[in-house]
Amino acid sequence: MTILKKEIRQGLLPFGIWTGATAFLVAVCVFLFPEIQEEINSVSDMFANMGSFSAAFGMDRLSMGEPMGFYGIECGNILGIGGGFFAAFLGISILAKEEKERTAEFLFSHPVSRFTVLLQKLLAVLVQVLAFNGVIAACGLLSFFAIGEGLPGNEFWLLHLAFLLMQAELACICFGISAYLRRGSLGLGLGIAALLYFLNLLRNLSKSAGFLKYATPYAYTEAAEIVTGQTLAWGLIGLGILISVLFVGLGFYIYGKKDIAA
Amino acid sequence: MVIETKGLTKYYGKARGIIDLNLSIKEGEYFGFIGPNGAGKSTTIRTLLGLIGKTSGHALVLGREVGGKEKEYLNEIGYMPSEAMFYGRMRVGEMISYSAALRKQDCRAEAGKLCERLDLDPGKRIEELSLGNRKKVAIVCAMQHRPKLYILDEPTSGLDPLMQKEFFTLLEERNREGAAIFLSSHVLSEVQRHCSRAAIIKEGRLAALGKVEELAKTGTRRVTLHGAATLPEGLEAKNVSVFGDSVSFLYQGEIQALIKILARLPLRDLTITEPDLEEIFLHYYEKEEQV
Repeated sequence: MTILKKEIRQGLLPFGIWTGATAFLVAVCVFLFPEIQEEINSVSDMFANMGSFSAAFGMDRLSMGEPMGFYGIECGNILGIGGGFFAAFLGISILAKEEKERTAEFLFSHPVSRFTVLLQKLLAVLVQVLAFNGVIAACGLLSFFAIGEGLPGNEFWLLHLAFLLMQAELACICFGISAYLRRGSLGLGLGIAALLYFLNLLRNLSKSAGFLKYATPYAYTEAAEIVTGQTLAWGLIGLGILISVLFVGLGFYIYGKKDIAA
Repeated sequence: MVIETKGLTKYYGKARGIIDLNLSIKEGEYFGFIGPNGAGKSTTIRTLLGLIGKTSGHALVLGREVGGKEKEYLNEIGYMPSEAMFYGRMRVGEMISYSAALRKQDCRAEAGKLCERLDLDPGKRIEELSLGNRKKVAIVCAMQHRPKLYILDEPTSGLDPLMQKEFFTLLEERNREGAAIFLSSHVLSEVQRHCSRAAIIKEGRLAALGKVEELAKTGTRRVTLHGAATLPEGLEAKNVSVFGDSVSFLYQGEIQALIKILARLPLRDLTITEPDLEEIFLHYYEKEEQV
């Protein structure tokens, strides 16, 4: 586990910055809720009736005046963007950085198989995604207690589980793609995350774009569906796991045969 | 044999890497691999280490086939790349320990000794190091586990003369202990001074292979005449240089014919020596071009 430990140690700084910033935003959102609850209640009808805009963010199905409704919409967006982009950043850079920073020659001239290197690097990504979501969930939970809302319901944990799985899928997709890259492409990783995020908004905007739920992992993080249905879209999650395995498998295959750049 | 290649070929798409390379390096041998930039030296090394896949041919390193079984022999190899690149935010000591940990070995005692001899501060961050100091880190990483085979790609570039001397002393010690050394270089004097056998590579193909002294026996002589400011008439020579009232040139012909011509000249002095490896290298290159 030498490579795994080194990757986690080296990633501590960006992990701390990204996790700290996202946790801060989640906490701020929750702390704002008691102050704006009354105002939101008075305009909640307006929020629910803004047509496509309301549908895009699930506000037509969730009440912004309820703690979990507010948390699902506001914190869901923070986690969708902040968490999704972080996972894409981890996935796209962990392999490609070795060639970009020209350290691949050092690493692969040691007696470690490419399979071992890739496996430990993938684990390092998933451990960081898991730790990120653990910290954010803990921060959300503590914030709920701090504003006197007490222990949130089952939907809180389902929502966080969905975001964890979505970020893991995004990381796996980017990890697989990075096996093709020689000099790294942070822009590509962030672009993939942004594209999948907006595909989900499109899906919510138009019924004819419903098929997009199969194309984006953001589809199964929809707070409106999780909070109101008290369950996860296990079919879509299963598809996501399949896509993740496919991308990771392709990544292992390609990288196993690849000429390492000098 | 520690390295044996038969018809080893590597193409990058349509671009030439190495073609039909046949090499054999014995246990305990100090072997030089000479060629200018782009000749295929690094491609050969990177293929042997499994960093790039061969297009065709065979290669055995420490008795094991290259192409999938690298993990089995890389623990017995100390590799020094031409450009020593490491993780910038790590400290020197961490980097050296990481290299040992990847080999699942405890090399702290040996690493300490090497750092002391090379005057390398383990507390410094990699990103603060000059090229020379990064090379020292590469030396420690390549030597701390006392491998059977050293593969060194342009190892001295960036090292100051004192460190070069210390580096070659270390290599000689390891060679005396039985380790084989594969030294790739375009600094011909290094190869001439330290290696027993050498190969010359040109445009991906082997141009010559043999003992260094045998490679020097090309029939070419370096002739320097004092008292003649121009090349004597009737002489076919190469690499002519004139300085003051003296002229120096490479001669590759009948020695009787040379003496006959020189006898007519009012010379003060003359020297006829074997050319150094640099001139031999040029000889092989020119010979190939003529072919």
